[in-house]
Amino acid sequence: MEGVVVARVVSAAEVAPTGYAWQVKAEGLRVRAGRTMAVDGLDLRLGRGVHGLLGPNGAGKTTLIRSLATVLRPASGTLEVLGSPVSGRVDLRRVRRALGYLPQDFGYYKRFTVREFVEYMAWLKEMPKRDVPGAVQRAVERVGLADRADSRMKTLSGGMVRRAGIAQAIVNDPEVLLLDEPTAGLDPGQRVRFRELLQELGSDSCVVVSTHLVEDVAAACTDVVLFKAGRLVFQGTPDELAAAGGPDNVGDSPLERGYSALIGEAGAW
Amino acid sequence: MSEHASAELIARYAAGDDLPPDRLWAVEAHLETCELCRLRLADVAPPQVTALTSAVWAGLAPTGAPVRGHRRFARWAVPSFLPWLSMTAFVVFAALLVDELAPAAVTSTVLLIAPIVPVLGVAAAWSRAMDPAYELVVSTARAGLELVLRRTFAVLVVVLPALLLGGWLAGASPAYWLLPCLGVTSVTLALGGVIGVRRAAIAATATWAVLVVGPAVVLGGVPGVLAPGAAPLWAAALVGGAAAVFFRSAAYARL
Repeated sequence: MEGVVVARVVSAAEVAPTGYAWQVKAEGLRVRAGRTMAVDGLDLRLGRGVHGLLGPNGAGKTTLIRSLATVLRPASGTLEVLGSPVSGRVDLRRVRRALGYLPQDFGYYKRFTVREFVEYMAWLKEMPKRDVPGAVQRAVERVGLADRADSRMKTLSGGMVRRAGIAQAIVNDPEVLLLDEPTAGLDPGQRVRFRELLQELGSDSCVVVSTHLVEDVAAACTDVVLFKAGRLVFQGTPDELAAAGGPDNVGDSPLERGYSALIGEAGAW
Repeated sequence: MSEHASAELIARYAAGDDLPPDRLWAVEAHLETCELCRLRLADVAPPQVTALTSAVWAGLAPTGAPVRGHRRFARWAVPSFLPWLSMTAFVVFAALLVDELAPAAVTSTVLLIAPIVPVLGVAAAWSRAMDPAYELVVSTARAGLELVLRRTFAVLVVVLPALLLGGWLAGASPAYWLLPCLGVTSVTLALGGVIGVRRAAIAATATWAVLVVGPAVVLGGVPGVLAPGAAPLWAAALVGGAAAVFFRSAAYARL
């Protein structure tokens, strides 16, 4: 009898419209990286769109992305991804199925071909078996690697490896896509194409891109999250960021001047 | 039920002749519903149309090889398993070598290390050093108890035959080490749910080295824990560990 009731609750949850207002919601989030508290009291709400996570080195961008990817367990505070808490010892499967993640130091299996690698990741993400070949082909085409799909990973250039990493991140059409420094290693042309892909992806999912390149933010992001010493400094549109800077701030573009006005120590090492 | 279009009408339609509008609509409406007439239309289509359609078909043909089965092992073992495999073989054969070079020792080295070898493999299966895509793997839905058990199983499949062979060569009967081997693995996995699989494996290896290997090397003789009399204890450890793993399965989501 109880089993019947449970089954109905689950199916209702599955067909219901999203039961959350924000894809990512953090309140008082603290995450430890080694001995330091890299994210320290963060309040953040992210919805659909492309969010550029900007901040100086060591600001805690990677730690935040790793905790959103459910790799790190928050030390305290609440963190909800797709409406489910991911801070405690909870079943993370449902959330993880809807995640895409490209780490900064992205490791792969050298002997696998691109297709085998993306297929393996699709299997790890528990995609339905019949959807895998088509989804893999689509992901590989979206990053422009279709002609190298059957080449071994170790024969690829750095930029191609990074695109293979992007392909594995988007293979399951994630609702939350986390990209840590995705443009590192891409040449200018690939960067332009990548920004177009970001805008496509951001139209129906929540994309979080960590970067230290202000021009990435200007070109592709609908929203900027400025981050310093584990805390949120600013959240708003690129135009609002540009408006924050004045002519006496350091920087070559309005966005850079806004960045240095808010971070306060741009130009300093 | 409409009649089929005449061959002459279909030929004129295919060639793009000026048909009266009523006949054009009739033949198009009929073609939409009649497979036979579509086939007749295809037969008389002019070369430029057939060239176009065959080009479209060629573009639709699946590119790349279909899913091959030869990466299936990745679902069980760590995909980059070669270094680990050679390390396991090295450990077993190093133990054999010690037995050969120091036959005076009463206890077989293979017997002493046998229960801990699978744990080394389990630790390797969950380390950044052995799995380059570790960071990716731990963020996926399948990471957790299922993948831990799959990889542990793969470790046992490789290690147990190696130990059987080594033990047979060194004269260490599986009756002595098989149950302790499975017991230690099971307890390690259970501990892994609390402190992480890799740390649990290191702790188990250290404990084994201090409490079993050390005294056996100093004192000689078969340690009490490997004597046949200890079998019920190891069976209890095996079952207890497995039960703890089963009831705490959610704890393995983050390792």
